[in-house]
Order: sequence, then C-alpha cells, then structure tokens
Amino acid sequence: MTAATTGAPFEPHQYLHAQTRWRRSEYAFWVATLLPFVLFPSYLQLASQIAITALFALSLDLILGYAGIVSLGHAAFFGLGAYAAGIISVYGWGEPLSGLVFAAAVAGLAGYAMSFIIARFRHLALIMITLGLGLLLHEAANSASWLTGGADGLQGIRIGTLLGFRFDLYGRTAYAYSLIVLFLAFLVARRIIHSPFGLSLRGIRENPVRMPAVGAASAAHIRKIYTIAAVMAGIAGAVLAQSTSTVSLEVLSFQRSADVLVILILGGAGRLYGGIIGAIIYMVARDQFSGINPQYWYFWIGLLLVAVVVLLPNGILGGLARLKSAWGGRWR
Amino acid sequence: MGRQVAVNAQAAVEGAGVLSTRGLDKSFGSLVVAKGIEFALPQGVRYALIGPNGAGKTTLINLMTGMLRPDSGRIFLGGEEITSLKPEERVRRGLVRTFQINTLFPHLSALEAVTLAVCERRGHAGTWWRRLPDYREAVDEAHGILSSLLLAEDCYRLTRELAYGRQRLLEIALALATKPRVLLLDEPAAGVPKDESADLFEAISGLSRDLTVLFIEHDMNMVFRFASRIIVMVGGRILVEGSPDEIARNTEVRTVYLGKAGYG
Repeated sequence: MTAATTGAPFEPHQYLHAQTRWRRSEYAFWVATLLPFVLFPSYLQLASQIAITALFALSLDLILGYAGIVSLGHAAFFGLGAYAAGIISVYGWGEPLSGLVFAAAVAGLAGYAMSFIIARFRHLALIMITLGLGLLLHEAANSASWLTGGADGLQGIRIGTLLGFRFDLYGRTAYAYSLIVLFLAFLVARRIIHSPFGLSLRGIRENPVRMPAVGAASAAHIRKIYTIAAVMAGIAGAVLAQSTSTVSLEVLSFQRSADVLVILILGGAGRLYGGIIGAIIYMVARDQFSGINPQYWYFWIGLLLVAVVVLLPNGILGGLARLKSAWGGRWR
Repeated sequence: MGRQVAVNAQAAVEGAGVLSTRGLDKSFGSLVVAKGIEFALPQGVRYALIGPNGAGKTTLINLMTGMLRPDSGRIFLGGEEITSLKPEERVRRGLVRTFQINTLFPHLSALEAVTLAVCERRGHAGTWWRRLPDYREAVDEAHGILSSLLLAEDCYRLTRELAYGRQRLLEIALALATKPRVLLLDEPAAGVPKDESADLFEAISGLSRDLTVLFIEHDMNMVFRFASRIIVMVGGRILVEGSPDEIARNTEVRTVYLGKAGYG
C-alpha cells in the first residue's frame, strides 16, 4: 500500500489493489450528495430525480461502458420497474421496499430473457434490437390500458410509508430514499467492475474476438451483466414510481432511452461516476434552461453533447482525468 | 495424473498425436481452402507450417481452433473429438492459438490482460462479489508468465502503449495463460524486424517441452533453426510433412518455392 502510493516498484497485486481503493475525491463526492438537504431544501424533488437518473445511467454504464454493449432501449427495464412498482401498489401492496424487490425481479427476469438475444449480436444490430424492444414495450403498455392506464397514466397508486417515513411534498423522504438506493447500487457496481468478472467484461469491450481464444465464454458474461443492469434500471424506475406516485408511458419512451445514453456519454462511459456526473449536469441544465426557454432547451443540450464528444471524447470525467495527468498528477 | 494416462492411452488407440485431423475439407464457394487435411502432431514437437501465401495455413488454424467449421472431417485433441466444440471449449481443453495481427486488449495493462486469461482458466471469471487483488495466486501466476517472456517491466503499462515487438510477446503470454497442451502460433514474428524475430523464436523454443507447438513462419532461416518437423501446404492441401532435412531435399517443395521466387 505504501509502496503503491509512493510509486516505487511494488507487487503485482498491490498495483491492482491501488486501482480498487477509495480515493479522497470519492469520499468527498458522496459527502457532497448530502448537501442538498442543507443548501437546497426546496430542490429536493429535483435532487431525487437526479439520483434516480444517475442510477439509471449507472446501470447503462455497466453494459455500455464496461462490456461495450450498446443499447437504445434501456428505458424498457426502467419502465418495467416503474410499472411493476406502481401496479403492485394499485392492487393494494403499497409497502415500498418489498415493492422495490418485486420491481427489480420483474425487470431482472425480462432482462435475463432478453439477454439471450443480446449476447448474440453487436454494434448496429444491437442498436436496432434494443431500439425495437423499447418501442415494442412502449406500445404494449399503451394498448394494455386495463393494466397500465395507457396514455392516461397509471391511476390509483398508493405508496405506503417508507419505514415509517411518509413521502412528503418537499421530497425529503424521496431524496433520502433515492440517494440510499443509488449509493447501495453504486457499491455493487463498484465491486463488480473491480472483480474478476468486471475484468472479463472489459475484455469483451476491448476485444470480443480475443475472448474465446483465452477460453472465455463471453456470451455467459454478457447475459449476466445484462441481467444485473436490467435489475438496476428496474430499481431506478421503481424508485421514481414510488417517490412521485405517478407512472406514465413516458417511463418507457424512446426519449428516456436516448436521454440516458446522452447523459452517460456526456459524463464519460466506463468510469463509474460518468453517469452520475452526467445526470447532475443534464438535469440541472434542463431545469435551468427550460425555465428560460421551455421549448428550445434541447438546443443547448445538443450543443453541449456535440462539444463534449468533439472536445472530450471520453466525456467530462475523461477530460478531467486527462487534465490531471497533464498537470503531472500521479496516475489517478 | 490418472486422467493424463487415460488420455494418452486413448490417443494411442486413435493412433494419433496430441492433435490430429482426419479428412478436413473446407471451401468458400468454389474456392477450396482445405482439402483432405490429415496430420497428427506428437506431444512436445516444434512444428513449422509453411507454404506460399493463400496456401490455407491460417485457415487450417481457424479450422482447428473452431473459428471456422469444416465442411467435413474430424479433429481430435488428446484422443477426444473436438470437431463440434466452440472455440472457448477447445481452449479450455488445451488447444490455443495466437493471431497474425495483434488481437489484444488495447486499454488493459499487460498484467490485467494476462490475469484475465488466468482467471478465466481458474474459473474465477464469473465472480463479481470479490475483488481482483484478492486473487493473489492468479495475479502472481500472470506476473510469472509475463516475467518468463521478459515482459515484467512493462506489465503495468497499457497494452496499446507497448512497443510492437512487446505486443507480439504479449500475444504469446495470453495464450500461455490458458495452460495449453497445443499452441498454434500464426506468424508469431509477423512485422517484427529480423534481428528481433530470432529473440522471439528463442522465447518460443524455451517453452515447456510438454507443450506441442505449431507455428506458421515465412522466414526459412527461422523455420530450419527452430522447427523439428515441417508441414508444407499448397493450395489447401498438405504437400509433404517431414524433418527439416527431408523438406530441404524435397524436389516438390523446391519447385513450389522456386516457382514462387520466379514470379516474385
């Protein structure tokens, strides 16, 4: 550990250990996520939406950023989770934590079923398949209005108290809830990417041709991470449904799939914090710009996206990392 | 050990070496790339696979490792038929290849890349709840493989930052991490300057004698220096197989190479 931090020659496992250890900036970041409670108590609903979006982006990062699996239909699992949590409450089961588990299971099962198709394709074919799946589910939810409420949205959602806390108007409970769920999911994601499994995922991203030649069953890895990502996306959707007591078709929309992709690319894919940083910037920007000019705020997001991709190919976090190494900072 | 004996006994029954083929055919439309390929590689031998461009050498490696399916014919590894196994299943049984064009993991460090292969072999690769540095044996084994190929000092650098010759060595390191019984090297020294390619072949000939190695190589100096047996392919067929002396004296082989030289 000391050898690793001084940059002297060190043991191989210490080098790997150095990559997995918590950095000071990470502690600082997670402490800072508590600031909205104190500094922006009137923005806690927005903060909660950001945490949910960040969790959604984190789930996409696991498949896109680490395993290199492109998806333009990731909202399918977000929406499934949201509808599952909402519908179960309509039928009288309003306890949020068990509802969350139920939603995670529904999204996970769908993700597992889907993963058998996903694992067989790459690139453009994958974009088309995931896009198709997203559209399919959106229309299915639209036409099954007896279950989902169709275009009117799900009616009659009744969410109970969360361990005795009511979901209040200011979003205190909502933000606490979504932040804790985000943090726990983040710990899982962090562990995954630093595990042998995570290394194999990066191998798939880096060179899918080589993987079988080193004896790796890439398809099994892809099925596994896709299922995990679906569970996480489903949890994000469920938290949104529970904390706002609303579910509309929008949770399954193409727009949501595209937004989360933009958010991840903006922040930096394959960096764990990229989705979170992207979500903060995107959601705050949307909140501010749409206040100034509600119709055209996508103009600014478009401009930002083009600028980031052109100037910072690895997203905002990638740009920051480069800046840091250019200043002679020791390798992260 | 008992299993090894059983495998050897079975191999003896098949009357074949550790890797053998029977009547392997493959064509792409009207282009015949493999026709009636039959050979048996005994254990521990260093084989060179030579032949003019387009003779079907790489195709043969693709067929044996499962990256291509033969139209007909059978492939045996240690007496077990592997004709219909997936590439990764063949690797796990000990049949491993390298690539003529670097097929590496650009943004993984050399140590990470080899550790990946070691973890796959040891069955750790599905584990997501334990951290990689906790698998110290696997990491040390990976480091040992890199050291044996003189890559230890570069092992913390990203693959894409390594010099080309070092990347060629990493190709071999990745293959060794799977603990192969048979190693198929597709032009291991491709693109490497002549003076360095001897070093590369020294590293290859220094590999365990239990390991069967077949390499494709165009430089006849290297072939005659490092191969104990040579297979000559022409037009998707095996023209002749023999010791370096036999190949050197073979008139057919000379015609093929002189003919080629005549056009070149």
